[in-house]
Amino acid sequence: MIVEQKNDTLKPLRDLLSVVVYPIQYVVDFPGNQLQKTIQSLKSYDELLSENKDLKRQHLINNAKLLKFADLEKENIRLRSLIDSSFKLGEQVLVAELVSVNLAPYEHVVVVNKGSRFGVSKGQAVLDENGIVGQVARALPLSSEIILISDPNHAIPVQVNRNGLHTIAIGSGQLNKLSLPFLPNNADIVPGDLLITSGLGGVFPQGYPVAVVSSFVEQPDKPFAIIQAQPSAALNTSRELLIVWNNKQVIPLSNQVVVEENGTD
Amino acid sequence: MVQTRQATILGYWLTIIVAMALKIIPWSAPTLNLTPDWVLLVLIYWAFATPESASVGKAWFVGLLVDVLTGQLLGQYALAYAVSIYLSVKQHKRIRHMPIIQQSLFVCVILLIAQILFFWVERINGQVVPVQSWLPVLTGGLVWPLVLFVMRKTGFYSY
Repeated sequence: MIVEQKNDTLKPLRDLLSVVVYPIQYVVDFPGNQLQKTIQSLKSYDELLSENKDLKRQHLINNAKLLKFADLEKENIRLRSLIDSSFKLGEQVLVAELVSVNLAPYEHVVVVNKGSRFGVSKGQAVLDENGIVGQVARALPLSSEIILISDPNHAIPVQVNRNGLHTIAIGSGQLNKLSLPFLPNNADIVPGDLLITSGLGGVFPQGYPVAVVSSFVEQPDKPFAIIQAQPSAALNTSRELLIVWNNKQVIPLSNQVVVEENGTD
Repeated sequence: MVQTRQATILGYWLTIIVAMALKIIPWSAPTLNLTPDWVLLVLIYWAFATPESASVGKAWFVGLLVDVLTGQLLGQYALAYAVSIYLSVKQHKRIRHMPIIQQSLFVCVILLIAQILFFWVERINGQVVPVQSWLPVLTGGLVWPLVLFVMRKTGFYSY
């Protein structure tokens, strides 16, 4: 039975049972959910007004940045077409809300309220507003389980933003720490470096912030240094998460050339 | 006190559902490692109270539900629950006459066996289990008198 779980034969059974137990999860989540809604509805008019103003200002700034971004994107495509390399683009997101339930204390797995009914599937990347949160570990019909990047069983391919150095960040079991165990003592990495997803492995889209290097300890007698990083995403506080669809199709470099579908991945 | 068959079955499932809800309620980090396995405690109570109807098969099914609920491998909790309920049903005649302290110790042993089975599967999967994850065994024994008290108060079936 346990062996069978290694492949996907028991998935229908799990899906069925998950629908049976979903009400329990819903009920457990209900008080916190309602509390938040009540707090929201009790907010004073002034507070809402000032928040609205802040958001509008933020929106304006973001829009202005986006203008620049659109320009850069076009330029990037143009430059890439010069060197004959395809460009992957286009990511769709779905906002999912956290269901506050606790699974196993030593695992960093959370449940969100969007499942395969919304087209969520295993292996999709999950973000919050600050960076990568994790990936979908299991998509059930009404909910899905998301493994956080800080889980000891999770590894994510990253790249140092400053110089493009590739490595792998492994969860440490603590929410505020990732470890980078595979870099030599002379690696060009210093505390404060931003780590972004490298897009290798095909699970995570390229270029999202993952963590900031917090400490670098050389070990002269060992081949690898001890490097730790702090995740950029607010792993334990964000309630809304974004599930990302990575569009596989590449956009054509120019109007004449049609790029084959299995371009760079 | 209602003691009809239907009421017992109803009570069984109601208390199991409440225990499942208790199991997944999010606690703050320090107490998280202390929360006992409420579902197994309730199952053990029913094994002592109505050993004829609280069968190993039911425990196995409840275990499957908990597996799905907590995102474990299908069969992980089911195995642990089935074995521990088998032991409880085997021993129920002796246990019923024990004083509460002794009962708690026995429950501790059953919880320990369940936990060993559970973590054994977990280790086969390569999951590293921290030492403090064994604490629920002790807290489970400590809250056993409470479980006994509450379950008797609900009045579905008591021994």
